[in-house]
Amino acid sequence: MPLSSQLEAGLEAPICLTWELTYGCNLACTHCLSSSGRRDPRELSTLEAKRFIDELAEMQVFYVNIGGGEPTLRRDFVELVEYAVAHRVGVKFSTNGTTMTRKRAELYASMDYLDIQVSLDGASAKSNDPVRGEGSYQAAIRAMELLAEAGFEGFKVSVVVTRKNAFELEALLAIAEAHRAQLRVTRLRPSGRGADSWHELRPSAEQLRSVHRFLSSHEEVLTGDSFFHLAPLGKALAGLNLCGAGRVVCLVDPVGDVYACPFVMHPEFKAGSIRDQGGFRAVWREGELFAKLRRPSPGGACNACDAFSECRGGCMAAKFYTGLELGGPDPECVLGHGEAVLAAVVDRPAVEPGHSRPVSLLAARRR
Amino acid sequence: MACAGSTSPGEKKVFDPALAYRLSPSVALRREPFGALSYHYGNRRLTFLRSAALAELVERLGEFPSGGQAVAAVGVPEQRRASIERALSELLASDVICVR
Repeated sequence: MPLSSQLEAGLEAPICLTWELTYGCNLACTHCLSSSGRRDPRELSTLEAKRFIDELAEMQVFYVNIGGGEPTLRRDFVELVEYAVAHRVGVKFSTNGTTMTRKRAELYASMDYLDIQVSLDGASAKSNDPVRGEGSYQAAIRAMELLAEAGFEGFKVSVVVTRKNAFELEALLAIAEAHRAQLRVTRLRPSGRGADSWHELRPSAEQLRSVHRFLSSHEEVLTGDSFFHLAPLGKALAGLNLCGAGRVVCLVDPVGDVYACPFVMHPEFKAGSIRDQGGFRAVWREGELFAKLRRPSPGGACNACDAFSECRGGCMAAKFYTGLELGGPDPECVLGHGEAVLAAVVDRPAVEPGHSRPVSLLAARRR
Repeated sequence: MACAGSTSPGEKKVFDPALAYRLSPSVALRREPFGALSYHYGNRRLTFLRSAALAELVERLGEFPSGGQAVAAVGVPEQRRASIERALSELLASDVICVR
């Protein structure tokens, strides 16, 4: 059996678990997947978070991707990271860089099993700040400088590819390399606030071809496996090239709810809660939604396409939030099958209201 | 946390049945329906071990005085021995296992 089929049937534990630690954020990026802003009063307590880490250690989840919101705003952030790595659950966390200090950078650099992603969505303030907020370019660059000065080699610069930066990837790669970091690019999803900004921010067909060429000629650039829908443009990109939702990945949100896909925090894709009896393990291994996602799909319009074995029908989240059939083409299908169905959509699923209100520290500082 | 006995870059690593091996100290191994998944905390690389026999062999390498004895002990059929040894060479090259 090919590896992809074995992975589609599910694993004992996720390979890659995204844990959004808080909805609190001092930025309000226009494409935020979790519509973050205000923290939720029901967020996991320090003790609950530690019990969850214990469970991950027992299940041998090798590492977690911690995000948010801005996870470093939690007062117990360092405590939780230290607890995880002490239990051999590696941590990679995403940050907008605003909380980085020399002291913090030196602490991070001294820790094993820790990796950091600094988010940056443009090679200059001019292209970055309209998406991530005024001052956010400078804050991210400053964080990268502090990490580099502290000797934290190989951290990641994480870029969401949009219409505004798709032609800046070479420049973004140069910025990453100048800080002895690795560039990581991911796909813009129409989730959270991204549902509203997607039509304006999504790369053009020409830009997608250019992204594919860039990735084909720069194998050192990481993608989090998020561009497999581009595979029919040429050779397949490095990675597993399949939708990992509920099979190899999942998401735990700040209140402990478990979702199959890191990009779909919607009731329809909620599999349970780590607060339920049986905890995360029961949700992952016995959750009905996960079982359903691991069964071979009944198929849809894409099954008849010659490129199906390469793109696997594309991204579930992108289809779901644009109101497309899950068995049909991805809205950004590189063969153009998405555009026609997209034009015919009259009813998109409503995005969860979100947690945002303008609380930008950067904005406050400006006033 | 490189293994003791790490070779210099560029030097080709080949599994030698006469040497003693172990799971690399930087690696965690998790059993899966298809065999096992390993994760290297140093280079953050995931590796798929695509048979239960290979997974058991890698888990138990450290118990035997030589790699060859480990291969014999877990009952690898003669016709699969060459492919198992090739797999072990690959795991050695990616530091999933190491000489001890």
